[in-house]
Amino acid sequence: MAIFVMQRRLHASDGKSVREKGRFIINAEGLVKHYGSIKAVDGISIKIRKGEVYSLLGPNGAGKTTTVEMLEGLRKPDHGRINVLGLDPFADADVLHRREGIIPQGFNFIEKITAKEAIGYYATLFGVKNRAKELLELTNLTDVADVNFMDLSGGQKQKVGLCLALSNDPEILFLDEPTVGLDPQARRNIQDVIRRLKSEKRTIILTTHYLEEAEELADRVAIINHGKIMAEGTPQEIIREYGDGMKLSVSAAPVLAKAFDGRKGMSARYDSGRVIVALESDAKISKAIRIIENSGQEWSNLKLNNETLEDVFLSLVGKKEKE
Amino acid sequence: MKLKNIRADFVVYARNFLRTRSSIFFALLFPVIFLLVFGAIFSGNQSKIPVYVQNLDNGSPLASSFMTAVNSSGVLSVVNVPQNVNIKDYISQNSISTALVIPQAFSEDIASHQKVNISFYYNPAQSTSQEAEQAIAFVVQDFNFRLDNATPLVLTSTNTVSSSGTQYIDYLVPGLIGLSILTSGVFSLTYLVNNYRKEKIFRQLSLTPLTRGEWLVSKFVWNLIIALISVFLMITVGDLVFGANVSFNLLILPIIFFGVFGFVSLGIIAGAISKSEETASVIGNIITFPMMFLSGTFFPVALMPVYLQEFARFLPLYYVIDGMNSVTLFSNMGSYVVDLAVTAAISIAFFMIALKVFSWRER
Ligand SMILES: Nc1ncnc2c1ncn2[C@@H]1O[C@H](COP(=O)(O)OP(=O)(O)OP(=O)(O)O)[C@@H](O)[C@H]1O
Ligand SMILES: [Mg+2]
Repeated sequence: MAIFVMQRRLHASDGKSVREKGRFIINAEGLVKHYGSIKAVDGISIKIRKGEVYSLLGPNGAGKTTTVEMLEGLRKPDHGRINVLGLDPFADADVLHRREGIIPQGFNFIEKITAKEAIGYYATLFGVKNRAKELLELTNLTDVADVNFMDLSGGQKQKVGLCLALSNDPEILFLDEPTVGLDPQARRNIQDVIRRLKSEKRTIILTTHYLEEAEELADRVAIINHGKIMAEGTPQEIIREYGDGMKLSVSAAPVLAKAFDGRKGMSARYDSGRVIVALESDAKISKAIRIIENSGQEWSNLKLNNETLEDVFLSLVGKKEKE
Repeated sequence: MKLKNIRADFVVYARNFLRTRSSIFFALLFPVIFLLVFGAIFSGNQSKIPVYVQNLDNGSPLASSFMTAVNSSGVLSVVNVPQNVNIKDYISQNSISTALVIPQAFSEDIASHQKVNISFYYNPAQSTSQEAEQAIAFVVQDFNFRLDNATPLVLTSTNTVSSSGTQYIDYLVPGLIGLSILTSGVFSLTYLVNNYRKEKIFRQLSLTPLTRGEWLVSKFVWNLIIALISVFLMITVGDLVFGANVSFNLLILPIIFFGVFGFVSLGIIAGAISKSEETASVIGNIITFPMMFLSGTFFPVALMPVYLQEFARFLPLYYVIDGMNSVTLFSNMGSYVVDLAVTAAISIAFFMIALKVFSWRER
């Protein structure tokens, strides 16, 4: 594992940073964005603190990328106000981009330029030290440092995006699906980098479809659907507020689920080889096990778990779909 | 504008370009192949040597029978020069290597058995001009013989000139230089702007401190270098293969500079206003096609009908090629200065428009 030391530049305002800790450095209110007749973002407000990892979750087309692109200053909102580090992202994009690192969704680069050359190019443009070696080691790209961008694998390309986003030692990082298409090990690798960036007090806005990733990395998450925020808070808050408690599951035939029909505070469904019973409260656990025992069905591999963010996500997004 | 940004972007663009073999082919080899093909097609059939004749004894049968004799020598073809011009100026302005002046008293003097002098202008350094001299001498001898006099009456007084006769190839080289500046500038930038937009490269660049102006300048510098290499290749090939008289005159450099600047900007405009790669190539073609054929690329503008010559005055490429011709063929500084000024003005206008219409951001 590479040793990675991010050099923090000394800013004139560093003395203030202690006081600013916990203050919102990204403040967006009432964002609305249309593409023709499509309303991609429909009144989203977001506040993000310095040093926070804030994750945007939501199904395809929910409006995550559009929201993030407005925060990055890549798109101008139709309505609403945004303030990032005290500036307007669209009007002051040039100033802000020096302090931000961005991996846009579908990151792409000039075909026949290598990762090493790309990092050097960015270093010159930003007027910072060329840390190609360090960044390539950090993302395990050293072996392919001299391969043209077009010849890299999808995951490797994504990592080049991370290297470029980090090349200017940014205070704020916008990572739109940074781990998409990566193998599990590479995803771990990126997640480790994000954790390290977090420990360096950088503010990170992370869009992802991997809910366990968000649950693990994010201080706060927002679940977005149809251009609106459905739920916001720490993963635990969201699970507590929107989840329906404890889950008990066993490997069994679908017919076992029928045994729970009409039982108070319990509901069962069958999903890929397992019967999953949602329990209103912990008090129902022993009752549920008794019902399973008394059903006369074959069962094995009993598991008891709290709902995950994924469960809540699916029920929140699914609920909206049914309305 | 920061020089270091321009340099960094230039290096990246140049690397990407040089790693694409087809782009090298189109930029450098294609114009040379064009030159070889058109040179071979058109330079072979120039069998008769043009002799510019100013007949000051207009209307006399004797003078016209002399001209007929010259024309029917089999080697020479007579081109008439207006009576009211100074022949020496005419020769240098039109780059003529072989000319004759028939004096006003031609038939009168012959009738009174006085000797007459026909002034012959030629460039001893040019082989065609030397051939013409021999042919003229033969025609004069034959003419004297037919006058049926014991002593020859018609004599030639020879004057040397330094201008070399223009051949088709001499027009073709600057014409194709102009063509390659036009097409490589317009087509490569139209494609690039569309491709970078579609592939989201502009979005990526907009996240860095690189400005659009710096990006534009770096594209311009690279295209200028390619154009200069291409010019060098074409002049060399034109000289070595076809004996073209186009020299490496430093005065063509400012014309090429502004030409590349203007056509690169034009390519960016075309790329910026087209929404897809298909429309981009259509717009690129609409811009380049009239210029390709009507600006003196494949044949001199003077050979076209008058209304097309007037139309050519509206085409930027006309001034680029005419400007080069003014120095390489005609040593006509007056027209060169005008052409250069027009080319510079058009280029700067295109650059300003390009900066206006070309954006890295999506709406
Ligand atoms: N450039 C565009 N032009 C037109 N419509 C767009 C454009 N970008 C996004 N949209 C539309 O806006 C809506 C929101 O898109 P957006 O990219 O913000 O979603 P997302 O949440 O990022 O989705 P995903 O998870 O698939 O990345 C979608 O309906 C999409 O079709
Ligand atoms: Mg997205």
